[in-house]
Amino acid sequence: MASASIPAYSSSPLENSSSQNASRESLRLEPLADVALLPGEERVTDKDIIYICPFAGALKGKVFITNYRLYFRSNDVDPSVILDVPLSTIGRVEKMGGASSRGENSYGLDITCKDMRNLRFALKQEGHSRRDIFELLFRYAFPVSHGLQLFAFLSQEKYEENGWNIYEPVDEYRRQGLPNDKWRITFINEKYELCDTYPTKLVVPYKASDEDLRRVATFRSRSRIPVLSWIHRENQAVIVRCSQPLVGMSGKRNKDDERYLDVIREANGTPKLTIYDARPNVNAVANKATGGGYEGDDAYQNAELVFLDIHNIHVMRESLRKLKDIVYPNVEEAHWLSSLESTHWLEHIKLVLSGAIQVADKVSSGSSVVVHCSDGWDRTAQLTSLAMLMLDSHYRTLRGFQVLLEKEWISFGHKFTSRIGHGDKNHADQERSPIFLQFIDCVWQMTKQFPTAFEFNERLLVVILDHLYSCRFGTFLFNCESVRDANALRSKTVSLWSMINADSSSYVNPFYTVESSRVLYPVASMRHLELWVMYYIRWNPRIRQQSQSPMEQRYRELLALRDQYVKKLEELQMSEDPSSPHLTNNSTPSATSPRQRITHLHTPF
Amino acid sequence: MLSLGTGGGKASKASFVSYVTPEEIKSEKEPPKKNKHPELLPGEVVFCSANPILKFTQDDQSQRGVFGTLLCTNFRVAFVSDEEEDAAQHFKNRLYGEHDIPLMCVDSIYGGYDDKKKLITSGLVKNKSPNKMIIHCKDLRVFQFCLTFTKEEDARKIFQGIVHHCLEPKSLKCVFAFSYSNIPNPERWATTTFDSAEDWNQEMKRTRGWCKIVTGNENFELSQRLPQVFIVPKAVSEEDYAKFQGLGLPIWCWSHHTGCALFKASSVPMLQEDTVAQAYMERMLNDVAQNHLYSVKTEDLSETLPSIQEIQLAYTKFKQFFLIDNTTDFWMSDVKWFSSLENSGWLDIIRQYLQKAVEVVECLEAENTNVLIMEEDGTDLCCVISSLVQLMLDPYFRTLPGFQSLVQKEWVAGGHNFQDRCNHLHHKDKEQCQSPVFLLFLECVWQLLQQHGPGFQFSETYLTVLSDSVHVPVFSTFLFSSACQRVSSIRADSPQTQRGALSCPAVWDWSVQFDRKAQDFFINPLYAEKPVKVVKKSHRPKHQRQLSLPASAFKTPSKKSFFKEETDSLKKMLRLRRISRWMLSPDSPQPSTREFYEAWLRKPLDYHGLLLPCLSGPAIRLWVQRYLRWLPEVQVFGGGAMAVISRLSELLAQVQELKQQLEWKGHRQETNHRGVPAHLQPAVRHSSVFPFASSRNWSFRPVIPTNVFQSLLVPDSLADQDDEYTEVVSLV
Repeated sequence: MASASIPAYSSSPLENSSSQNASRESLRLEPLADVALLPGEERVTDKDIIYICPFAGALKGKVFITNYRLYFRSNDVDPSVILDVPLSTIGRVEKMGGASSRGENSYGLDITCKDMRNLRFALKQEGHSRRDIFELLFRYAFPVSHGLQLFAFLSQEKYEENGWNIYEPVDEYRRQGLPNDKWRITFINEKYELCDTYPTKLVVPYKASDEDLRRVATFRSRSRIPVLSWIHRENQAVIVRCSQPLVGMSGKRNKDDERYLDVIREANGTPKLTIYDARPNVNAVANKATGGGYEGDDAYQNAELVFLDIHNIHVMRESLRKLKDIVYPNVEEAHWLSSLESTHWLEHIKLVLSGAIQVADKVSSGSSVVVHCSDGWDRTAQLTSLAMLMLDSHYRTLRGFQVLLEKEWISFGHKFTSRIGHGDKNHADQERSPIFLQFIDCVWQMTKQFPTAFEFNERLLVVILDHLYSCRFGTFLFNCESVRDANALRSKTVSLWSMINADSSSYVNPFYTVESSRVLYPVASMRHLELWVMYYIRWNPRIRQQSQSPMEQRYRELLALRDQYVKKLEELQMSEDPSSPHLTNNSTPSATSPRQRITHLHTPF
Repeated sequence: MLSLGTGGGKASKASFVSYVTPEEIKSEKEPPKKNKHPELLPGEVVFCSANPILKFTQDDQSQRGVFGTLLCTNFRVAFVSDEEEDAAQHFKNRLYGEHDIPLMCVDSIYGGYDDKKKLITSGLVKNKSPNKMIIHCKDLRVFQFCLTFTKEEDARKIFQGIVHHCLEPKSLKCVFAFSYSNIPNPERWATTTFDSAEDWNQEMKRTRGWCKIVTGNENFELSQRLPQVFIVPKAVSEEDYAKFQGLGLPIWCWSHHTGCALFKASSVPMLQEDTVAQAYMERMLNDVAQNHLYSVKTEDLSETLPSIQEIQLAYTKFKQFFLIDNTTDFWMSDVKWFSSLENSGWLDIIRQYLQKAVEVVECLEAENTNVLIMEEDGTDLCCVISSLVQLMLDPYFRTLPGFQSLVQKEWVAGGHNFQDRCNHLHHKDKEQCQSPVFLLFLECVWQLLQQHGPGFQFSETYLTVLSDSVHVPVFSTFLFSSACQRVSSIRADSPQTQRGALSCPAVWDWSVQFDRKAQDFFINPLYAEKPVKVVKKSHRPKHQRQLSLPASAFKTPSKKSFFKEETDSLKKMLRLRRISRWMLSPDSPQPSTREFYEAWLRKPLDYHGLLLPCLSGPAIRLWVQRYLRWLPEVQVFGGGAMAVISRLSELLAQVQELKQQLEWKGHRQETNHRGVPAHLQPAVRHSSVFPFASSRNWSFRPVIPTNVFQSLLVPDSLADQDDEYTEVVSLV
């Protein structure tokens, strides 16, 4: 049977799992001494070590540490167990046991990774081998805490395409039909003087002068003024994002801010502007105590305020911690569902999705909306980007999705450094939170519900998350554009999109069907939400890792089979009727039918 | 009135079957003038009808609906809308429409009195008739009819009529199948019915078993418990066949290619001092052991698996989550969805049954021992386990005709008591026997199917439809309590058949329910037939079936040589009695199946070989299609797995057409081929519940969850914190 040769699911070294699936292509490995290093990657040390595998028990092997990764291989079992972990994925390194503890493997190292797994090693007591490894790991896993550079700045990787060019704000706004007679692009923030966490180019109402913007900035937390994220081509309704107004305990008002929001409302004649405050009502009220708050009814007469009840970063961090407890190393069997429920992880996903659905629904029915939370860089980014994904099919393409991330997350200052803690040893930092992971999970839920609507596949989402932590690329480094500029990120590091787009075929969903004007509304019910097993439980060897979904495989098989039959049929036709070799000019319609149907198949879906 | 199932004995004479109460006869004489009737089936009679009745649309809480006529016939409760129905339906059932409920399919009826809802339990409702009637169906549809627009007299009659015909005990002869007449069609998928010795013979040849066929029960002389034809180990002596009326007799199910086999038996009630029975059982075990290598493992399933009562209890709780009649309830129950599912215990029962099946598979596949499973009747839990084992081990049963043959072999010929388990006849004293055992089996099959899609020729739609068909009173397949009852009802010369022989079709005659196009939904496009390898005849013995993984695959020790040990000891014990009751062994079987599963997992997956289910928490899932198909809130428009499946099906159809063309060409018989093959329909966007619930109007507005927040009780300390509170303070 003919089957197309398909690149294996995990050709990226990152995805090598600890499992025994050595049959996977990715594990095609040379002897340990010559692990394929990345350009710019340097060997630091190697040592004999014991890996305490939660599934296979203690395994003797060799660990190999570079300035980028921890690589372990054990030939104790067949197939070999291999670990390949970028050092930046490590969140915490601890010594376990020691001289006073009993047992065989008492000199232990416990490594907590940011990607839902823990690694335990045991070392020999002699020669301070544990101390040496510990110190090296600590130094290279947390370079920022040691005044060293992140690997992204050391990498010498070269790609054909420069991924940094994927997002050009002006091009993207032009694609949306901007500027127009209601909306203009302003360069007021060219030097980050208006707002140091916003990008340089902003889209604001045509009617609002730069002076107006400055006055509005005084009333918005961190000067994150309401600016346009997206405009609906037909009804001109917009999604505007910002931070909370600085209302405070005394209930301050700001005429400029009030007028500014009304200008936004007027732009497409929306009778009532809807302000989505992502927070639960009580939290918004509590924020008044610290100078923040929400838009009051009396001050904003032509607006209605809706709270979306999405919890803060601390709640989300705690929820993911609980989730990890029930999936790693062992998956709860008998009480799986109630354990899953008690983590609330999917419930938070449901709230974020249903918030985004409300935003998208409002906009597609012609009303403009304003979205904010406290500072407008966590929940706000989730809501605007998900709503845009529902509304605009461009963002559902491979490249469009990259633009969406660059725009709503990276350029608008989601604080990646603080939320992920790149290269920082302070694992208990309260600023850390899996907000971006939660967003990617929401996207995954959407791809599950609409398997033909996205050009990219699950693999892209997993690779994005892996490189969210890996620090191999500059894409997710730093908190905002101004800091990125100061660090010359674009010239000194490689973009993740350079790598992705060099191998785009491995990230393409074969079932993708172009439907340009379609709004996607996922169903935000627990009946449809499911745990993303292929991400959260991928280290568990009992979950079969399929190199490719059976559906994709079958689809490619059938495509190949069809091509083969068509070819044979044509050959037969030729031999049958040698007088008319040009099939396409033949008067019998049947001869051309197979070909016709092929082109037909690609278009209608 | 009618007593059936007493075998050759004389049944009491039934001269008149009364379906109707006297008042109904009156109403039938003067049928309402403009009432529309559905197209009646041959043999179908209308008992009563009422118009106008308002049928609420499920979509929302508003009391909107459609007016029409509500009827009750000897086959169904039917609703005929006054409005024109949109005809475009992809998956139309030929027997009953989407507003019809076959009488057997009615699960429960509620009367709505103003805002109270009362469960109706018996036919005669003394007090005033309700203004609303809510019907919950066994296929999980929910209907709500408003009775206040019609004349009070009519409303009372239709309500009582429906309650009477749906809930009151009835005799078997009243089941519509006995009135229905239909000329059987050739089946699309040839199904072995296991009615004849020939079928059993073929099956034994196919599996290369070497047991003996017993044909002496043609007229149930040996025992009414036993099938007409059955297979027992060679060593069983003839006088043992009917020693305890067939109890305790090991019935062959299937032979593994190594020679060991699976047997099932009902258990002999045994008192301590009953040495005769004990000796008999010892002898039976010995006989089974002699089938292969003198080894046998035996287990009484009723001691280790949830009983049929527990199954019933769990399913009763479970199904409530899907019989939802308004949006408020839907979103209320969404909050605690996962824990509700878990608390019903249904999914855990599925897991336990699959687990047990894996244990049996391990004995056959890895240890090559004979296995004898037992339970009280030998026709409930044994059927589930033996069919699951065969499904995992034998790829033939994963084809569509193979699966149908398996159901025939283990369930129909095997004598599963469908009648009482489904309580088709609503006998009050049979209520404690009611249990969805067959549905449990289909659930387990679905779990295997969703984990190993490419291994199955049939689709989940097929399984869903099959589970519905159990409650369609037209088929002989799921109607009877035993093989004996079935045979005596079908035989034309039977003294009981007053109304002629039963000539109703088997469920496998799918054309009775669906046209050919709809039947295409039964085919799983992921399934690819095993490529046929040309093997030189001289080289290898002829294989009657595709072998599952060779046993040797498991004997290569990977790390701990646990299988090796077994085989060594096996050789040593070749001549020893090796009879163990493995449930009695002190060490739990769990760890060993885990290793067995993991050893299997390390091998490359062969969809035409042994397939084992993953039983970890996230792997056991909800059968979304069956349970959620009627709930409008969960329909994903233009999405769902169906979007991909239909793409595959379309492509598959194309490939098959091309292949056919090629074959015609190859023969060169036709100069003009059969025209241009029909172009693919421009892709229609389906909903995720496609092909079910197709007539619902599309809504382009999203469903927005309500009361999502109440549930989320997070520790205050965290929730009250602000994202960046330390910094915000400085801003004030």
